[in-house]
Amino acid sequence: MRRFILRRLLVTLPMVLAVVSITWGLIRLAPGNFYTGEKPLPPAIERNLREKYGLDRPWYVQYGRMLGNVVQGDFGVSLRYAGTSVNSILSSAVPVSAALGGLAYLLALLIGIPAGTFAAVRQNAAPDHLSMAMAMIGLSVPSFVLGPTLVLWLALTWFVLPPARWEGFGAHLVLPTVTLSAIYVAYIARLIRAGMLEVLRSNYIRTARAKGLPEWRVLLGHAMRGGLLPVLSFSGPALAMLLTGTVVVERIFALPGLGNYFINANLNRDEPLIIGIVAFTSITILVLNLVVDVAYGLLDPRVRY
Amino acid sequence: MRTETRPTAAADEPIQGTSLWSDAWKRVRRNRAAVASLAVVAAMVAASLIGPPIIEVSTGYTYDLIPTDRALVRSFAPFRGPGGSWSALHPMGTDIAGRDLLARVLLGGRISLMVGLISTLVSLVLGTAYGATAGYLGGRADEVLMRIVDVLYAIPYMMIVIVLLAFFGSRSPLAQLVLLFVALGSVSWLTMARIVRGQVISLKNQEFVLAARANGVRPVAVIARHLVPNALGPVIVYATLTIPSVMLLEAFLSFLGLGVQAPLASWGSLAADGVQTIAVFPWQLLCPGITMAVTLLALNFLGDGLRDAFDPRGRRSP
Repeated sequence: MRRFILRRLLVTLPMVLAVVSITWGLIRLAPGNFYTGEKPLPPAIERNLREKYGLDRPWYVQYGRMLGNVVQGDFGVSLRYAGTSVNSILSSAVPVSAALGGLAYLLALLIGIPAGTFAAVRQNAAPDHLSMAMAMIGLSVPSFVLGPTLVLWLALTWFVLPPARWEGFGAHLVLPTVTLSAIYVAYIARLIRAGMLEVLRSNYIRTARAKGLPEWRVLLGHAMRGGLLPVLSFSGPALAMLLTGTVVVERIFALPGLGNYFINANLNRDEPLIIGIVAFTSITILVLNLVVDVAYGLLDPRVRY
Repeated sequence: MRTETRPTAAADEPIQGTSLWSDAWKRVRRNRAAVASLAVVAAMVAASLIGPPIIEVSTGYTYDLIPTDRALVRSFAPFRGPGGSWSALHPMGTDIAGRDLLARVLLGGRISLMVGLISTLVSLVLGTAYGATAGYLGGRADEVLMRIVDVLYAIPYMMIVIVLLAFFGSRSPLAQLVLLFVALGSVSWLTMARIVRGQVISLKNQEFVLAARANGVRPVAVIARHLVPNALGPVIVYATLTIPSVMLLEAFLSFLGLGVQAPLASWGSLAADGVQTIAVFPWQLLCPGITMAVTLLALNFLGDGLRDAFDPRGRRSP
């Protein structure tokens, strides 16, 4: 297993560099650049600025320097927010996105797992139909409809919760977390239901029942372990989706997270910031995928590395 | 398609075999939720196709008509000025510029459904070609091709799509649409490739493929004529479920202002406009939002129904 982890970690760096290179290539192939805006700068000033940021060098020098920056984990200075390093933007934005995404996924697990298990145990009965219908609604209502509707209802009509903005942990996080988690609750409930249905038919569950274990111990001690596997393998891609899902939710609730910065960086053509966020996200996804794969092996004894 | 008619000695009265397809169709028809969803989807497609011309003929409004002509504004009695008002003339009210929201929602439906359908087709073609090739070749080639898919899974696609749209986004609405089709289609083909590969691997050692190869049919033709048609069931099911997820992605992008450009509209861009005025004119968000949610719900139910019908393992009734 140590060899497996080591091998995967070795692949991580080339993959991040590949993703970053694709992004960089797209930015450079596109017409226009940071300085072609609504109000063009005087040529002398633009020349000086380009010199300062090293944008006057040939493309391969710039590309090499960009790769070097990524390898060293120092993404340079933002073009838009002059004088602010990309790293300091990341260190202020990452906690916001991580808190939002982490809380949302936690909430999704807390609701989705019991709902899905209950649905599987009562297959084809009312609880099953009810929770699966709810899951279907969760899958189908876009977050940009759910979020503003909740704001309208809870914040602007009943004044129970604050509508938007980031003020650390607290009431301000409730609505964004609920909005973001809805679709994951739905996914997880459906996956758990399918996984549990499969497991509950298997022989080892029949054995557990035959030896006289109480039903709750059969469910929690034996079936849950197998039933959780689909959720575990979903968690890798889900975390990637979570990072993109937050773009919209951060936008709705005006949270200063990675997603919001990413959109603004794109609209401003702020190349160092775009590269920094893409690199950071890729590394996060790759590492989390590795963690998921390792955990999979711990839960399922049939898996060999 | 494979119709499994049993060979019978008494040729004058052949036994009518039931194919996978007619069996599946029978099961879909028994699933009331799936049939209702099919009706909703069909109604939505029909409304978005024939709705805008009907509105134009009966009220004079189109999706981009901003009523500036005072005489025209006055001729519609209950209209209470731009900013949004409900009346029998505007069943969904108007948007902030005084345009009829129903006409815009129907146009948005046209575009959202079209993006969903065409991007899914793009991903279908890419994924089927890739997966079928990998599954048919097998061995080393298969391993390499599927390792590439594994690697691609770990890429933050939406970020690259956002970069692509932000930097190459075009002012011409049509070019922007084509870019959207390509971008969304190329994001969603990976799972399709895996499904097709699995199907092809289980099919390729069967006798009818061996027979085709023994007859000297070229590999490309074996894949296209013999393997792909037989793998179609699960592919169609997955494609049906891809449509709503692609529509959701398109809506996200349009919501962020990177997708469909004005004066065209999609449900996502209409919702983005609606959010601006939610405290005053909530229907400007709710009308496109609920329309989209209902459509996605129907598509998801339909996809689930098809999956239950095609996949005997997960069938609900015993």
